[in-house]
Amino acid sequence: MSELRFRDAVRAAMAEEMERDERVFLIGEEVGHYQGAYKVSQGLLSKFGEKRVIDTPIAEAGFAGLGIGAAMAGLRPIVEFMTWNFSSVAFDQILNNAAKMRQMSGGQLTVPIVFRGPNASARQVGSQHSHAMEHFYTHVPGLKVVAPSTPADAKGLLKSAIRDDNPVIFLESETLYMFKGEVPDEDYVIPIGTGRIAREGKDATIISWSRLLQVSLEAADVLATDGIDVEVLDMRCLRPLDEQLLVQSVRKTHRAVVAYEGWPYGGVGAEISDRIQRLAFDDLDAPVLRVTTLDYPMPYNANLEQHVIPSASRIVDAVKKVTYQGGNV
Amino acid sequence: MREPDVAVELYRQMLMIRRFEEEAARAYSMGKIGGFLHLYIGQESVAVGASAALEPDDYTITTYRDHGLALARGMTPGAAMAELYGRETGCSKGLGGSMHFFDVENRMFGGHGIVGGHLPLATGTAFASKYQGQDHVTMVFYGEGASSIGATHEGMSLAALWKLPVVFVCENNQYAMGTPLTRHLSLTDVSKKADAYGMPKDRFIADDVFTVRDRLKVAVDRARRGDGPSLIEVRTYRFRGHSMSDPAKYRTKDEVEDHKRNDALQRLERQLEEHEPTSALVADVKQQVEDDLQAALKFAEDSPEPGADILAPTTYAGDFAG
Repeated sequence: MSELRFRDAVRAAMAEEMERDERVFLIGEEVGHYQGAYKVSQGLLSKFGEKRVIDTPIAEAGFAGLGIGAAMAGLRPIVEFMTWNFSSVAFDQILNNAAKMRQMSGGQLTVPIVFRGPNASARQVGSQHSHAMEHFYTHVPGLKVVAPSTPADAKGLLKSAIRDDNPVIFLESETLYMFKGEVPDEDYVIPIGTGRIAREGKDATIISWSRLLQVSLEAADVLATDGIDVEVLDMRCLRPLDEQLLVQSVRKTHRAVVAYEGWPYGGVGAEISDRIQRLAFDDLDAPVLRVTTLDYPMPYNANLEQHVIPSASRIVDAVKKVTYQGGNV
Repeated sequence: MREPDVAVELYRQMLMIRRFEEEAARAYSMGKIGGFLHLYIGQESVAVGASAALEPDDYTITTYRDHGLALARGMTPGAAMAELYGRETGCSKGLGGSMHFFDVENRMFGGHGIVGGHLPLATGTAFASKYQGQDHVTMVFYGEGASSIGATHEGMSLAALWKLPVVFVCENNQYAMGTPLTRHLSLTDVSKKADAYGMPKDRFIADDVFTVRDRLKVAVDRARRGDGPSLIEVRTYRFRGHSMSDPAKYRTKDEVEDHKRNDALQRLERQLEEHEPTSALVADVKQQVEDDLQAALKFAEDSPEPGADILAPTTYAGDFAG
């Protein structure tokens, strides 16, 4: 095991897969000479050269579409969005081309491609740079959506994503890039579609992913001091969703809170709530609650931003509510 | 008559496209074909001339008006008609329909329904050819109506920047659905868009299939040599409406009749009839096309529809991700 930062784990996954498969290349804005807007691709240009680490103009629809076309012709592109916010101008490419090519060609074409970059809130980057895009992309059949919270998971899942024959949306987090964790030294992959128990507990289940998983673990520590022993699930993958993990945990705790970034209307949290009520209805002792970003565009002001983003204290409140021990939700 | 053998073959392809679509229109009005049906009638010389300028392994990508290119690249009329009928034996197994004809074996990479959205894909297949060290050229077709949308320009911008082997063919049929180009473009010479990207350009009328082939071949050769992309505006005309639901009242009967007098298919037919040794062959070609078409219609009629079990495995490679 080695201790790696999240960004180093992402880079290691790309480097290892580029080593093992000549068809894999990285394309995006500032990924090469600038060494990555968030230094995720640092050093890859000197290691792999300009053929395989490709700086683009600011043209997300163009280079996302180029990646899809290249994948249709047998390559395995990694397309970096400087942030996932900018994928909105490539949305047509992802929705209509990446996700649908296989089906509308009657299975003749596949699109083995990874779209990756930092997602959701950073720090005071305002309303246009703080979107949690998983809620848009999980809706689309044909895509897989991955959102790890630890360096080890980031590396193992990104390697799986690169080897996958389907388009994979890989969501990182700017505020997780410095986060350190133990990463196995050997070559390993984590299958897409598997969640994990991040903390075992018996009184309630907190379900989360990406950066909010770390916030959920903070909330769990606070709840422990109040004598509430929560289980925390790290879904890691949002499409496909690990239903079995959800059901097993709710059967044990009978209570669930879903905590994530993104607006409350619809979205992944609503999907998870739906699956729990459908698959574990008889096991529930309380309604499933969701702790989400509040229903506003992200404000710039630091205090207001913290007010809007889900916090450990809001998760604590929600868990107290589902365990009928108070709470202000 | 120059290249008589080639002329007969190009005539056969153009006639097949024309007659295929006339039969498709008939089947559509009988309710055998659903959804949208965008006919290529009048524009056949573009797809046929273009395909004649390409090697079998070259990539082609086009719009939703895709029957002509698919047939010109070698798709069988049976697979094409069965797709319109929504049958399992269709080129896209009945999942694509008129707008999404795919035939990977013949390097027909679709049939795309979002205007301009397919141009970056062509830049991508061209990128792959260069990356893989192969000399395949990609040819992508789009209408002049796609000249104003972002993806078109992003696709061209990247292709020109990296000198990728792609030929952008603007099939200017003069109407973006019902809007004449004078009402949606500031330039009526669409090929000038190439200047913004430093791409070579050409512009000509598609009333002669050999002209189409030879002028496009210049761009294809340029791409294959590694000298980068080109933008070629081919001026053509569709004799029918935008789709089956469009009576095309935005243009006069005289205008349509004028263009029909320059029909590249009839022009080639006259040339073949006026010369030896091809004059004797026209009737045979017509009979062959009719026979093939009747067989295609029967094939489509007799083919089974796809079952629901086809949906999951065509949505994802491997296990379904729900």
